[in-house]
Amino acid sequence: MLTFIFWVITQVFLFLSSIISVLIGVAYFTLAERKVMAMMQRRIGPNCVGYWGAFQPLADGLKLVVKQFIIPNKVQTALFTFAPVYTLTLAFSAWSVIPYASGVVIANIDLGVIYLLAISTLSVYGLILAGWSSNSKYAFLGSLRAAAQMISYDVSLGLILLSIIIFVGSGNLTEIVFVQESLWFVVPFWPLALMFFISGLAETNRAPFDLTEAEAELVAGYNVEYSGVGFAMFFIAEYTNMLLMSLYFSLLFLGGWGFFSYVAIDSDSIVLFFILGLKTVFVAFCFVWVRATLPRYRYDQLMVLGWKVFLPLALSSFMFFTMVSVVGNLLF
Amino acid sequence: MLKILVEKKYIYKAGLNIKCFGSSAVVVPTLFKTRLADLREFRLFTLNFGPQHPAAHGVLRLILTLDGENIISADSHIGLLHRGTEKLMEYRTYLAGLPYLDRLDYVSMLSQEYALICAIESSNQLVCPKRLQYWRVISLELTRLLNHLMAVTTHALDVGALTPFLYGFEEREKIMEFYERLSGARMHAAWMRPGGVSQDIMLGFADDVYTFCMQFINRIDEIEELLSSNRIWKQRLVDVGVITYEQALNWGASGPILRSVGCSWDLRYTQPTDVYSELVFSIPTGSRGDCFERYLIRMYEMRESVSIIFQCLELLGKEDVQYLVDDTKTINSKQKMYGSMEELITHFKAYQEGFSLPAGLTYSATEAPKGEFGVLLYSDGSNKPYRCKLKTPGFTHLQMLPVFSVGHMIADVSTIIGTLDIVFGEVDR
Repeated sequence: MLTFIFWVITQVFLFLSSIISVLIGVAYFTLAERKVMAMMQRRIGPNCVGYWGAFQPLADGLKLVVKQFIIPNKVQTALFTFAPVYTLTLAFSAWSVIPYASGVVIANIDLGVIYLLAISTLSVYGLILAGWSSNSKYAFLGSLRAAAQMISYDVSLGLILLSIIIFVGSGNLTEIVFVQESLWFVVPFWPLALMFFISGLAETNRAPFDLTEAEAELVAGYNVEYSGVGFAMFFIAEYTNMLLMSLYFSLLFLGGWGFFSYVAIDSDSIVLFFILGLKTVFVAFCFVWVRATLPRYRYDQLMVLGWKVFLPLALSSFMFFTMVSVVGNLLF
Repeated sequence: MLKILVEKKYIYKAGLNIKCFGSSAVVVPTLFKTRLADLREFRLFTLNFGPQHPAAHGVLRLILTLDGENIISADSHIGLLHRGTEKLMEYRTYLAGLPYLDRLDYVSMLSQEYALICAIESSNQLVCPKRLQYWRVISLELTRLLNHLMAVTTHALDVGALTPFLYGFEEREKIMEFYERLSGARMHAAWMRPGGVSQDIMLGFADDVYTFCMQFINRIDEIEELLSSNRIWKQRLVDVGVITYEQALNWGASGPILRSVGCSWDLRYTQPTDVYSELVFSIPTGSRGDCFERYLIRMYEMRESVSIIFQCLELLGKEDVQYLVDDTKTINSKQKMYGSMEELITHFKAYQEGFSLPAGLTYSATEAPKGEFGVLLYSDGSNKPYRCKLKTPGFTHLQMLPVFSVGHMIADVSTIIGTLDIVFGEVDR
């Protein structure tokens, strides 16, 4: 009994510490985004709150928390308040299967990849609920777009992940990292990596696929009626998903916490965290880089790209990996 | 519009009928039948686009009727920024009416002042000194840069490219500082006067304009690197908002929109004022009449404007120094009035009473960056216009919005509003 209680407390502590680190990461990711985009656009960015704008995210967060959470008339109040909570919960729960080093993971499950796929598919409901319950035309259009977009890109994302699962022979993220000890997957499977990155942009509703919140068309998309904490929750969820996608990309394709046998991949050295962190920061930087560079796709072009380009490519890669694995099993 | 709507409804009904009742052998349950009857009543989605919409470029209220994401009709409601400029100008002397023109299209101020000045000058047979004509042309071309930077970069912002906007606005800031050095005001210059300008050019101004133009071409290149060959940018712009040659003429289009259909109509060339006839410049025209060509035309026009400024700067060096016209009819020298009582009285009367135009009708149009900007003055011989009518390009172009946008998707509406380059100061007047 005592061991069980101890186990529960450890798990809760682990999960809380994970959430808090994610929140801090998200806060400083928003600052990094603003600073990086500022540098790309020849301006300074936030520099007033704290040195180099260091406390800007905290000030922004405080402002959103203090602001009134307006519930407009003729809104489905229950769903309207539930949607941001749901979205944020899902965004956080995805982190439970992410390993940060060998054995440093809350839930080391064998179907980690599938779990993440399920979570990302479920998070569509948050956007649909938000858009539908808002009783606003812009929000409604935004949520429709979000649903279509996330489902379309989930398909190709899933096929890419299945290819890797078949190649590795396991859906456990730690094992996927171990397989990449000598060669990162981005080298042999660079088309998959590219497709995964682009699908990740679409999955997290980032530029050039930020149709759900396209400012020039839909004002703010599905979260147009939200203010204060509700908006903050959507915002944090979006950036959490972005960080998760960056981390996920580094685990799947950039060799996770390994760096050319610089440190043994299964050791408990603290350097491993930094290696994974640097890789994640690099991918997150690419997310911002893309946003500062590219215009936005139109809705039909996005669908064409998803169904006519990515799906056939992902499907053929999946069939290729399946065949290789089957033939390999038969021969050897 | 109505026709398209009816046709679409008809197609849907036909489609449903074929799908569900195509085979006569199928027995349709009654319940299902009634539900199908409900289904047949399609309700289109009406969206109130604006007046606070971020892509509305001001206070455009646009009633969009949507079928899914497709535009069935676009109905623009204007007048939210109506300030009665034309009426106000009828109650003021000609010179006192001049600053109102700055406030019409507040991104190309001097071009509009220039139209009024041209009307007064042609009516009173005034000729501006040659040197100031060059400076006027330089200021007009700087205004064109100011406007096109705004047009292209906010267009890019509407399409989702964030960075060109900030590149462009840094350059706009520099041009606004030139405005400040010309007239003392960053935006609403009120700098032009009949037969001259309000104050002489500062020492060293030409050098700075030269330095600015030298680096400006690189800035245009940077913006073009981000956009012109970008595949997403092309996908969003090519074959979007297409109009034909006839449509453009029938709807009264001018400026880059008219030139995009292949009509090489530019008032700087066809009806040159001041020193434009001495300058060499080309008029870019398109052939497809889509948004991408209008973007390319604007970019090219900026390069041409820089070339015109260089030519003017070079020709200026060959001119003799000549000061403002000292004519009580138009403008008095401020310098003398501080020393002599009589001069002070003359100055006071000149500004209080203004000058008069001979009775009759004058229309004068200039090639403003957005298109043809015209001023029609009907004078009864007094010091105020009996009637003043302004022909603004934005108003003409905005009414073409349904022509451009019907059949496209909702995302294209913001592309089209961007390419129309409208400013509500001049649309609503």
